[in-house]
Amino acid sequence: MELLGLYHYWVFAILLMTGFYAVVAKVNLIKKLIGLTLFQAAVFLLYISVGMVEGGDAPIFTADNADSLFSNPLPQVLILTAIVVGISTTALGLAIVVRINEVYGTIEEDEIQEIDRR
Amino acid sequence: MSALQPHLPALQVIVPMLTAPLVALLRERQFSWLVTTAASLCAFAVAIALTMVVLEQGTISYEMGSWPPPFGIALSIDAVSALLLLVVTGASSLALIAGATSLQAQCESDRQPLFYAAWLLALAGLCGILVTADAFNIFVFMEISSLASYVLVAGGPDRRALPAVFKYLVMGTIGATFYLIGVGVIYLMTGTLNLADMEVRIQQVGEFQPFLIAAAFITVGMALKAAIFPLHVWLPNAYTFAPHVVTVFFAACATKVSLYVLLRLDFVVFQQNVGGHDVQFAYFMLPLSVLAILIASAVAIFEANLKRLFAWSSVAQIGYITLGASLISQAGLTASLLHMFNHALAKGALFLALACLAMSVAKLRVDEIGGIARRMPWTMAAFVVGGLSLIGVPGTAGFISKWYLIQAAFGAGSVGIALIIIILISSLMAVVYIWRVVETAYFGEAANDEAREAPLAILVPTWIAVALNIFFGLHPNLPVELSSRAAAVLLGTGP
Repeated sequence: MELLGLYHYWVFAILLMTGFYAVVAKVNLIKKLIGLTLFQAAVFLLYISVGMVEGGDAPIFTADNADSLFSNPLPQVLILTAIVVGISTTALGLAIVVRINEVYGTIEEDEIQEIDRR
Repeated sequence: MSALQPHLPALQVIVPMLTAPLVALLRERQFSWLVTTAASLCAFAVAIALTMVVLEQGTISYEMGSWPPPFGIALSIDAVSALLLLVVTGASSLALIAGATSLQAQCESDRQPLFYAAWLLALAGLCGILVTADAFNIFVFMEISSLASYVLVAGGPDRRALPAVFKYLVMGTIGATFYLIGVGVIYLMTGTLNLADMEVRIQQVGEFQPFLIAAAFITVGMALKAAIFPLHVWLPNAYTFAPHVVTVFFAACATKVSLYVLLRLDFVVFQQNVGGHDVQFAYFMLPLSVLAILIASAVAIFEANLKRLFAWSSVAQIGYITLGASLISQAGLTASLLHMFNHALAKGALFLALACLAMSVAKLRVDEIGGIARRMPWTMAAFVVGGLSLIGVPGTAGFISKWYLIQAAFGAGSVGIALIIIILISSLMAVVYIWRVVETAYFGEAANDEAREAPLAILVPTWIAVALNIFFGLHPNLPVELSSRAAAVLLGTGP
């Protein structure tokens, strides 16, 4: 059962593909954005999960625990930045959807294309 | 000056990045434009100074906050980054100088300070990608520049800019996230994010399978951002509906910076360590480049909207750049990097000429510019020279890089001969789509009686770009020297 032992990779892959599917297959722009957020969140989980060291402590360094095993804090710091980036992207995407709704009166991709073709 | 000298790599990013919030606070249009242009020119001056140091001493390393790598984030500038820094900051400055007049026609006065702030952030992000030596830092700067550029593209007056920018945002984010996955996998295997450190540690790992996966994710992600065929679908509409000055800026440099990341990671980190990766890279890129060159040129021939015509032509030109890189030789990479420089000059001049044209012909359709050369002689003359450079006529910058590309193809054996034929065919296709515009403008029936020559404020920068095309066509020493050194850096044979 080694394949299932690395289950966090499976979670990553399934989430990633679910999000990707929504981005590609949905015509509703909000649903596309939800898919995009899921897509990014999967990658965040990949980073966070590999930072865990089995039996590792929280990496708080004091005088008397110099020998203990710590989890890797760097992926968390990286992902903190990536989450900020992800939120900005989602916010900007939603702002664009609001503008699209104001101008076109719809947020369905096929209807927007129909309006532009006319 | 000498006290600032060691800190030039950091200033390259800091100047535009710190000016951006300042400009956002200014509420006055003229003043904010002035500050933005000054900051951009400042960045250009820094880029020139850095290039001079690189030409003299080789690679510059800078430890951000004095933290030594691999713990801190290091900045490193070699010939590859210097070449592209010149392109990015130069294109930004020229587009901004021309920008005030052109933008006034397309964007309300009270929104312009915010527009300029986004411009500076995009510039800071692009410069940041070029100076940093840290894989995750590249991702952060990439997203700074991308988010700012979505805002810039959405600033256009045409409502179709909005769906175009949404598509750009979705595809750009997917590209960046793929890159992040690739970097994550490398980090898992090596425990480092510093590019130079990665190169060393990959050899120590010995297990290459994960790196191939990382290479695949990074290549596809950057191909999305760089609009490499067939992942270019966001580009034509984004370029067409963006404000004209933004198109000048992006057409000249935005996709090239993504190509830079692709080349940097693929050549420096993967190819020198992971066995057989160079062959995979070539087999992946070569067919795509050829398809890009032929199909995108063919689409351009039948396109009625002038901006979209040249957006398609950009997709084809990106094909030339990847074609040179996929030959994996000193000559091929030199041609590829040289074409990044020269294509920026040619496309910059062409899109500036289109911005002039747009002052009279708002819709920029081919059937609306009949006989316009009689009313706008300077604009159309600039367009013709830019077009000649794009085709690659001797005496213009475009000729130099095509010449190097053909030479590189000669060195590639029997495949090379086929490639030369393809390059010649696509140059003829470029003649066709440029000529179609020129013919209509010079010999067509007058379709527009109210057209007037564009104002000097925008005509002068256009002619500066045109003059640079001719200058670097006759004196190509600087870009050739830089790109051949850059090629040596990428192949690991030079300093």
